[in-house]
Amino acid sequence: MSSQAWMVVPNNFAVSALILALVAMIFLYFARMPMHALIRSLGQALGGPLRMGARWLLAAAAEVQNRNKAVLLAQGKTEVGQRVEREFERLGVIVQRDLQGYPALQRKLLDEITRIEEDYKKCGEVPPPPPEWAEAVATIAKVKTNGNELVQRVLEEIKRSISSIHDKTLADYRRAYERRHKILESFMPFWRSVDKNLVQVEQNMARLQANVRTVDAHMAIYEQINEGTDKAQHALTVSGFTQFAISLLVMVVAAGGAFINFKLIALPMSEMVGAGDYISSTLRTSEVAALVIIFVEASMGLFLLEALRITHLFPRIATLNDRLRTRMLWIALTLLVILAGVEAALALMRDMLITDKQALLQSLSAVQPIQSDSWMSSIPTAGQMLLGFILPFALAFIAIPLESLIHSGRTVGGVFFLAFLRSVAFLLRALSNVARQLCRVLVRLYDVAIVVPLVIERLVKGSRAHGHGKLDVDVDLERTHA
Amino acid sequence: MNKRQFLLSLPALGLALAATGCADSRSHTHAVYMLVDTSGTYAQEAAKAQVIINYLLGSLQAGDSLAVARVQSRSFSEKDIVAKATFDTRPSQENAQKRAFRERIDSTFRLVPGSKYTDITGGLIQGSEFLNETGAGNKTIIVFSDMQEELDKVTQRDFPINLKGIRVIAVNVVKLKTDNVDPRKYMGRLEAWQKRVENAGAREWRVINNLDRLDAILARG
Repeated sequence: MSSQAWMVVPNNFAVSALILALVAMIFLYFARMPMHALIRSLGQALGGPLRMGARWLLAAAAEVQNRNKAVLLAQGKTEVGQRVEREFERLGVIVQRDLQGYPALQRKLLDEITRIEEDYKKCGEVPPPPPEWAEAVATIAKVKTNGNELVQRVLEEIKRSISSIHDKTLADYRRAYERRHKILESFMPFWRSVDKNLVQVEQNMARLQANVRTVDAHMAIYEQINEGTDKAQHALTVSGFTQFAISLLVMVVAAGGAFINFKLIALPMSEMVGAGDYISSTLRTSEVAALVIIFVEASMGLFLLEALRITHLFPRIATLNDRLRTRMLWIALTLLVILAGVEAALALMRDMLITDKQALLQSLSAVQPIQSDSWMSSIPTAGQMLLGFILPFALAFIAIPLESLIHSGRTVGGVFFLAFLRSVAFLLRALSNVARQLCRVLVRLYDVAIVVPLVIERLVKGSRAHGHGKLDVDVDLERTHA
Repeated sequence: MNKRQFLLSLPALGLALAATGCADSRSHTHAVYMLVDTSGTYAQEAAKAQVIINYLLGSLQAGDSLAVARVQSRSFSEKDIVAKATFDTRPSQENAQKRAFRERIDSTFRLVPGSKYTDITGGLIQGSEFLNETGAGNKTIIVFSDMQEELDKVTQRDFPINLKGIRVIAVNVVKLKTDNVDPRKYMGRLEAWQKRVENAGAREWRVINNLDRLDAILARG
């Protein structure tokens, strides 16, 4: 077909284009109403489902949020409940340990106080007063001698007797005071004992008070959770994220340990299961066997911690009776020890295989190295064996962060899922609005394309309206402005 | 296996184990057949061949196969295979086998009798038979020769050969005196071999003259 076939006036592009444009304009003008309706329907057809989808997603998000909240609060309630329980247990231990000795302590204190009291009373005893004959002696002492030798002698005799009695009395008095001082001195240990006991009581009370304050704090949180406040939910969510991050970090560290463990046993495992079998192009059967051993060790560690009731991933194990649980604990521990022993042996074998391989490679190379039999060369071997034995036990503790990761993963996953739902709802809503706005733009563009007939129509309608005294408004056109 | 592969393999392991019996049925072992030219002046290069054999012994792993054969006047014969072994899957046994292999090669190459003619084609046919019998996933023929084939009047080798799925690597292709006079002869000789090998269905044709780049020999496909 020739490129000029469309030309109405041959060899005249401008005139042909103008005629065709006019024809098209007239056609579009007459098709205006149905075309507008079509475009609007298209907009509704596109925007309606999108809006409906957005509404549905928002409703689902609200439901998920409620569900998340319920789960979060339930988890928080359980967790805080366990903490309160543990604090009460601790309080019980303190009360049992410290306060059960209080009657004995009180009796001891009373005895000591009674003794101190008695001793104090003893300290209060005064020496007996001088005998009454002292007054008679004083009267005689007033007798005047007047040079009478007899009287003089009698008085001197009396003086001598009195002096000796005075000395004796003074000595008694001093002895009595000395005795009282000794009694007072013997007070000291009792005072110290009483002081020590009272300090102990004070410390116990302070500790008890601190624990009670902790219980009060937990109880306050528990009450908030019970009331389902936003503050409690926020705190639990933040706590969940923190737990998740910490658990993830520990799991990454544990994965590093597992990798080292894997490296220790992968090569010697090929001695057992062969090195020629492959599961995929890069994964050997021996490597898978090594991974399986590591997973079995982790599982044994998990069962061990479950049996010890440190983790609670398997309710079935937690509900076992004590006898079965203890049996399970010993079985898991025995298997773990055996696997650790096997790993230590495999680590030794790895070292031997590598040494043999190195010897072969050195014999194949042109330069022969100097052999060293230093004791230092056995350090890596011992280190590998030790690592092989320790790593399974270290991996056993992976159950604790794993449990934390699973529990906090529910919170974190829930929050992200909620955010995802809301984002998609927002996107759908935005797309719906874009579709509606696009339809409006299309309607306006359509009118722009037939602007000449529309102007003519308006002029005609305007002149008629002048004739009839009223203005006819293009309702459809105005609606497109809305 | 590096750490990334290890971490990626953890979830994959579950699937792999779930699909027990779905183990990779393809063989990932490597079989190498090395032809050592002992004709004429090229017999002097035997020491270099030992370097390559030592490299192969150090690089091949448990389950892989290695055979070393001489290129003589007529090489389509099992008698020309100096040593062959499929290495045990247990690393300890594998090392012992490699030691024994090396000793065998050392004793054989100590006194290399030079041959009058050079039957490379016969060696290639023998090598392809050996490699196909091993059932290895990666098959490689290493031709340690100047690639100058010389046959007696009786020996017939001008027919199409089958090297399907086999990599053919010519190593230490030394230049002859005539090549030095006219290098086009050397180029033409290599091109002719490439064409012949590729027509035989070989997976790859490669020439390695730098013995420091031997790692390219065992590039696994």
